[in-house]
Amino acid sequence: MALSGLEIYKKLPKTNCGDCGVPTCMAFAMKLAAGQAELSACPHVSPEAAEALGAASAPPVRPISVGAGPAVFKIGGETVLFRHEKTFINPPGVAVLVTDAMSEGEVDSRLKAISSLQYDRVGLKLKANLAAVKSNDAGKLTALAQKAAGSGAAVMLMSDSADALKAAAASIKDQKPLLYAATKANADAMGALAKEMGLPLVVKGEGSLESVVALTEKLAGMGLKDLLIDTGTRGIKKALEEQVQIRRLAIKKTYRPLGYPTVVFPAEMTKDPVTEALYASIFVAKYGGIIVMSDLRGETLFPLLVARMNIYTDPQRPMATQKGIYPINNPTENSPVLVTSNFSLTYFIVSGELESSRLSAWLIVVDTEGLSVLTSWAAGKFAADIIGPYVLKCGIIDKIKHKKLIIPGVVASISGELEEEMPGWEIMIGPREAVHIANYLKERFAA
Amino acid sequence: MAVEFVKQDYTGKIREVTIGAGDKAVKVGGANSYPFYLFEGALPNPPRIAWEVWDAETDQWPEACKEPFADVLTDPPAWAKKLVEKHGAEMIALKLVSIDPNGKNADAKSAVETVKKVLAAVSVPVLVFGVNSVEKDAEVLRQVAEACEGRNLVLGPVQEQNHKALGAGAIGFKHTVLASTPIDVNLAKQLNTLLGNLGVKEDKLLMDPTTGGLGYGIEYTYSVMERDRMAALVQQDEKMQQPLVCNLAPEVWKTKEAKLSAQDDPKMGEAKTRGITLEAMTATLLLLAGADVLVMRHPEAVAKIKTLIKELSA
Repeated sequence: MALSGLEIYKKLPKTNCGDCGVPTCMAFAMKLAAGQAELSACPHVSPEAAEALGAASAPPVRPISVGAGPAVFKIGGETVLFRHEKTFINPPGVAVLVTDAMSEGEVDSRLKAISSLQYDRVGLKLKANLAAVKSNDAGKLTALAQKAAGSGAAVMLMSDSADALKAAAASIKDQKPLLYAATKANADAMGALAKEMGLPLVVKGEGSLESVVALTEKLAGMGLKDLLIDTGTRGIKKALEEQVQIRRLAIKKTYRPLGYPTVVFPAEMTKDPVTEALYASIFVAKYGGIIVMSDLRGETLFPLLVARMNIYTDPQRPMATQKGIYPINNPTENSPVLVTSNFSLTYFIVSGELESSRLSAWLIVVDTEGLSVLTSWAAGKFAADIIGPYVLKCGIIDKIKHKKLIIPGVVASISGELEEEMPGWEIMIGPREAVHIANYLKERFAA
Repeated sequence: MAVEFVKQDYTGKIREVTIGAGDKAVKVGGANSYPFYLFEGALPNPPRIAWEVWDAETDQWPEACKEPFADVLTDPPAWAKKLVEKHGAEMIALKLVSIDPNGKNADAKSAVETVKKVLAAVSVPVLVFGVNSVEKDAEVLRQVAEACEGRNLVLGPVQEQNHKALGAGAIGFKHTVLASTPIDVNLAKQLNTLLGNLGVKEDKLLMDPTTGGLGYGIEYTYSVMERDRMAALVQQDEKMQQPLVCNLAPEVWKTKEAKLSAQDDPKMGEAKTRGITLEAMTATLLLLAGADVLVMRHPEAVAKIKTLIKELSA
């Protein structure tokens, strides 16, 4: 259970020295209880109190690092149930399942897809994170593990046999593979293996939270800290309910036996690839830690990775596109020039409309600190004295033969000032809404 | 040992709104928990799909969307009929694209004719959409309201700037209002209040939170809808307890990612399945955020979502 502000206060020095940056110990205690301060800010707290408080103030969902080197990624560490309450922090890892029942070709194509199906978007690299390799045979699992280790992704080793896991894990131990899974039948052996090798371990329940808790409490008792949870459920309705309850219990009750990231298996929930992707998107929104897919295909993987990026975007920070000149549909020296803000959504919508218009154009994105056109205009960041100088020096002059600039219709009022900033240029007032850009350009620039 | 679940205490529920008239009328809303949290609530009316019919400019649709409707794309009544008879559509979302002042700029009279013909062809509920032009929508939808008294259409988007004209038309001729605001909880509440003051009854009011497609701002819509639902269900905000309509199809299918061919970018995979997945995944996230009505386009995307709704609400 989380400690209340009063319980924390009792363990503090109660000197009100203010060294922590908060005027009184009581106020500091309240901040600690709300998760808004770190105990380390208090230089005077006794070691005993620090230990007691430290255990209580550990994150409600344990943060866990998976993999090593460039493949490493973090899951867990979440603090809210709804992204608008703060933000979701560590996006779930997307895994592809590879088993000893697959042909070599099937295995290779899946592993290759991890590196070949990567996408650049708003300065981020969207990609799958993990190869999940499965066999109960030590030799086969080791062979698959070594192949997977060469894929550039992190590896989850899946087996019912602790011996097979041990052999495979030893063969790729520098990759810090994730071990799957401790069950009721083998928890002692799996726990001992994970402890010996210092690797994170997934527990697999029998379709109930109780069966999971029995395992996590036992393994925590053995001294294991980095655990993950597969409840064993493979129906979407019950799986959603469990994900919600696990996260709620962890965050609202600081219930440690369920305070771990989860592993979910759309791969084992349906045979239809689109439905599998939809299930995966449910787990993106509702608290999955690692999402295991049966295959990676561009037509379903790309939407899933975009969904993950969207849901895990920090709602407190505006999304910004890099300022600069964006050529659309191979523009020429006669193509029109449009200017807009660097709010990502604005950029996406304007560039999307331009692209689908099939007309060529130059789109200049001005740095408005991630604010939309109207908001940045109101804040003085989409003003003539910022737009004018930027357009003149950004390099567009070398690319075009005309001197016409189209501004968004909502900021028509700055056209006069802009003409002063850009002598010799014609400032044209574009449509108010991006959806009308295509028609606007067709009417005025049709060849 | 038993694990004791944490139950959310709900203090409100979403109002039920009936769309359409006669024995094909459809009731939406009524949930008393967060979307699909059926372990602590009830969902008397699972979310519904309204199928798109456009009265113009379907030539700009991606191939994948044209193909299933190739024989009816320029014939709205036949299209609506096909949706009901062949695809089992329970609702039609008729988009009066032709009236766009920046496009064909058709007049109200022709739009009214189109609506009447569609209504003659099908008896399922019809949502009639303007083009987000404050003046033109007010002019056209008002006349649609008058000409179609008794069918309890859904008229939208009704915005703050034209809510008086459209609200009055809906009240006078007994239709339902779709109140549309730009991804903002407070603006949504304000418009509901204004419409209430005007006399629009709570059982005649739906909300359109404005929908972003996957990769195009869906996270904003998602969070605003979650906050809408939070206000309605746990914060005693009675003004926010109206069902939510998400007009997602055009947002998805206009994106370059939905239109791109596999040859354009092999990494993006097969085009048709990609488009269907984009539409269905956008719908999935909106369902989780609280959508009561999804405006959708592709039959295969609709089929996946109908199955998903059934699974989640079983």
